[in-house]
Amino acid sequence: MIELILPTILSCIVAFFVVFTMTPPLITFLEKKNLIVKDVNKKKDVMVVRPGGPSIIVGIITSEIILYAFLQMNEILAIIITTTAAFVIGYVDDRKVMGGWFKPVALAIAAVPIIIFGAYDSNLIFPIFGTVQIPVLYLVLIIFMIPITGNTINSIDVLNGVASGFMVITSFSLSICLFIVQNYEIAIVSLPLGFVSLAFYKYHKIPSKIFPGDSGALTLGAMYGSIAIVGGVEIIAAVALLPAVINSFLFLSSVKKIVEHRQVKGKPVEHTDDFRLKATTDKTAPVTLVRLILASGPLSEKQVGYAIFKLAIFSGILAVITAFLMEMHFEI
Amino acid sequence: MKSNLFGFLFAMWVLIIIGGGIIVTLLGPVSISGFGDLDWLISSVIKAIISIILVIVWILILLKLKNMIFRKEIKS
Repeated sequence: MIELILPTILSCIVAFFVVFTMTPPLITFLEKKNLIVKDVNKKKDVMVVRPGGPSIIVGIITSEIILYAFLQMNEILAIIITTTAAFVIGYVDDRKVMGGWFKPVALAIAAVPIIIFGAYDSNLIFPIFGTVQIPVLYLVLIIFMIPITGNTINSIDVLNGVASGFMVITSFSLSICLFIVQNYEIAIVSLPLGFVSLAFYKYHKIPSKIFPGDSGALTLGAMYGSIAIVGGVEIIAAVALLPAVINSFLFLSSVKKIVEHRQVKGKPVEHTDDFRLKATTDKTAPVTLVRLILASGPLSEKQVGYAIFKLAIFSGILAVITAFLMEMHFEI
Repeated sequence: MKSNLFGFLFAMWVLIIIGGGIIVTLLGPVSISGFGDLDWLISSVIKAIISIILVIVWILILLKLKNMIFRKEIKS
């Protein structure tokens, strides 16, 4: 346990400071390249650069390589390759608008390294009730998990700071849970995700200086999914991610097909005269988490963001309870 | 509304816990023998079919819950 302290501290510091120091020059570079988009939730014509994915992936790769140097685990290699593949998929989508099916299919392929490296355990552990062995079905679960977590994080990247702030809360919750179930090595491997998200949140929080783009959101989501699989905490990870899962569930159940957000015609949210957000009455618009938060009345962008963070903290607490319930089972 | 969302989150969590119990109870004991090397494949296919049915039931329950909890918000 003591031998893990140095790699832990080193990887967390590197994860945070690589993103913290690399993002400002990335912002300058993207401004020069004119890679900017309008922030639609601001009254004036505010332009924000994107994507921030490159600084996020460099932070993740650097910190995970440090951990690999100390721990020599195949699980770390699987996480690095899957996450990098997700970044590339997101970057392609950032530069060229792809169809609705591109990301789910490409992310499913990105999950293959986890299978090749054998970085999984086909026993699915449930709280209280125990374990079920599903060798073939588990492979299908791996293939589905990365597209789900990637696209789920991407789908809540709708307001300033929400995707990165949400990932800070969710990934640290997952790390705490991994410590509770005594999977210390994967807990340490998961910590850089929280620190990378925290450093990026500094520039992504309202008013955003940079947007993560698909490359950033998919990178964060795919790494989260990879950690859930290699750590054997799929159920706990799903619980911690519930607010974002609800968002995707509401969206899909109202649209009734897999489609890109930009392809949906009806707008779920509009602006008041003082540019607060309010839910529309458009019947063709999808039901989303933000729309439900705004159902009781208009709120500022910051207030909606904080409402999502409160939901993330609540589901993080449920995840921790779930982790203790897993422990309870182990002791029976 | 916000309390509705917390309620929906909690309901989803309870469904996950109960669903886990059902999966362990139903799928855990599934074991096929008498088909030689195909035993594991047949039992995996049976487990996969049961799991898919359970997931569909879980989604249907969730849809009902969503309509119950957010009836007013979704209609407005």
